[in-house]
Amino acid sequence: MANTTTLTAQQTYYHLKRNWLAFGGGLLVLSVFMLAILAPWISPYDPSQIDIKNILIGPGSQHLFGTDELGRDVLSRMIWGSRVSLQVGFVAIGIATIIGILLGAISGFYGGYVDSAIMRAVDIMLSIPTIFLVLAVIAILEPSIFNIMVVIGLTSWMEPARLVRAEFISIKEREFVTAARALGASDSRIIFKHILPNGLSPILVSATMGIGGAVLVESALSFLGLGVQPPTPSWGSLLSSGKDNIEIAWWLSAFPGLAILITVLGYNLLGEGIRDALDPRQRE
Amino acid sequence: MFLYSIKRTLLMVPILLGITLLSFSIMHLAPGGPAEAQMEFSAKASAEARERLRKLYGADQPVHRQYLTWLTKFVTLDFGDAFADGRKVKDKILERLPITLTINFLSLGLVLLIALPIGIMSATHQYSALDRATTMFVFVGYSMPSFWLALLLIYLLGVQWGVLPISGIQSLDVTGLTGWGRLMDRAEHLVLPVFVSAFGGLAGISRYMRNNMLEVMRQDYIRTARAKGLSENAVVYKHALRNALMPVITILGLSLPGIIGGSVIMEQVFGIDGMGRLLYQAVFSRDYNLAMGILVPAAVLTMLGNFLADIGYALADPRVRLR
Repeated sequence: MANTTTLTAQQTYYHLKRNWLAFGGGLLVLSVFMLAILAPWISPYDPSQIDIKNILIGPGSQHLFGTDELGRDVLSRMIWGSRVSLQVGFVAIGIATIIGILLGAISGFYGGYVDSAIMRAVDIMLSIPTIFLVLAVIAILEPSIFNIMVVIGLTSWMEPARLVRAEFISIKEREFVTAARALGASDSRIIFKHILPNGLSPILVSATMGIGGAVLVESALSFLGLGVQPPTPSWGSLLSSGKDNIEIAWWLSAFPGLAILITVLGYNLLGEGIRDALDPRQRE
Repeated sequence: MFLYSIKRTLLMVPILLGITLLSFSIMHLAPGGPAEAQMEFSAKASAEARERLRKLYGADQPVHRQYLTWLTKFVTLDFGDAFADGRKVKDKILERLPITLTINFLSLGLVLLIALPIGIMSATHQYSALDRATTMFVFVGYSMPSFWLALLLIYLLGVQWGVLPISGIQSLDVTGLTGWGRLMDRAEHLVLPVFVSAFGGLAGISRYMRNNMLEVMRQDYIRTARAKGLSENAVVYKHALRNALMPVITILGLSLPGIIGGSVIMEQVFGIDGMGRLLYQAVFSRDYNLAMGILVPAAVLTMLGNFLADIGYALADPRVRLR
């Protein structure tokens, strides 16, 4: 490189900027949390209060984000809807991560036929469009927030499983593992006490970004009418009912979608930031 | 190489069986089969009529028998009849396939046309304003719910400014138009679906291309190419690009299930009668044959895509074969 000093300066600036973005992402995530927790106190109206005299009012001082076709306050419904998005995101990714860690650990640690079997299962799951699995299961189980969480969890464990497996394969050859084995540690002790803590960082990153992904899937399902059922407001179902009134009331679609975008963006930026912080080698 | 190909081919057999078994079980373990779904709204249907329908669909057989029957037919490419109207699944798919393919090919073309140059540029000009701008765009693109983008564009371009049609694939008066007029009419209807379908891929592929390029540009042979005095263009486009493109091709193969999933939502938003909608309807009316007829071929294509990518890798990189 011709001019190393400026490059370093530029790089440093870039990383600072990068961390600033991650910080912003964390802030976004945190504020959605606060909204969800403080919903009963900060939402200006009762989210299911029907007001026939004030239907489809545009955004204004009375109703910041307008009202829907039943006169309900959109902002209040969005604030309550943040609870659904958060629950789905965390529980679904929690399920996926636990399954992923278990299968990935077994696969990477033991190798051989067990490994082949688990990896073929991953291949199978990756070949079938997720939306089909989700659609079919929801068609069977009836849409509800609980079922949504479970289904998204059961269809998102493949990436964490692959990541954990890769970590295990490289870590299990390290000396401290051999040492633990020489001391007579059991397999499960080696897996959970020695290897796993050393291989957690990529999983943390993928889980953080996964929460954003799960929020997107939930909203897509609710948008198709398969997600959280009325009267519980979720951002996806708000969007879905906004779709029917798109020609006369843009605010019904615009604001909930923006909320989804901002939340998912927050998780993605935060995940990228965690990646940078935990593993400087992966910095570009 | 030969041994590797054989091994890799044999590996596909369990995956294939797994795909069919998993989709079959999910469809069939549901309480209430097609007979029930069809008669849900006619309470008068007698138990006898129900039984007759079940027999017609083969639903009176044990599940494993049904699976075997389905599988033996499937390997001869006989997908059976759709329950809803008794027409051949193959015919139903073939009439819906063209529009979905058109939209996805156009959007894939758009993605490659835009994303590859952007990815290359941001890699060769790392940390430049362009690179930073695309990084931001990538994050927003990843996080954008596609159906929301669709709604916004429908509102702005269709409703507010009225420059584009907002749903379907042709105007009501299309029969009155001549050849050129018809083509333009179709094109107008496709602009939004193609653009929205491309948007998500744009972010992903440009990012992926950028990272691959950066990776390759750090390699020793690139330094060698520079050291022997090749022009920067030759280094970037002859030496680096070729190697950086390979993984992108793999990713395209892997994205097939995502394309089908995306079509379900996109066709719902834009009111297009394509494969995505067909799958959606099939799953909900428990039309086993139809759903399986769409799904299994799609999964098999994905699997074949992976297979070809692996073989391609093995051809290009002998070390792969030894694993």
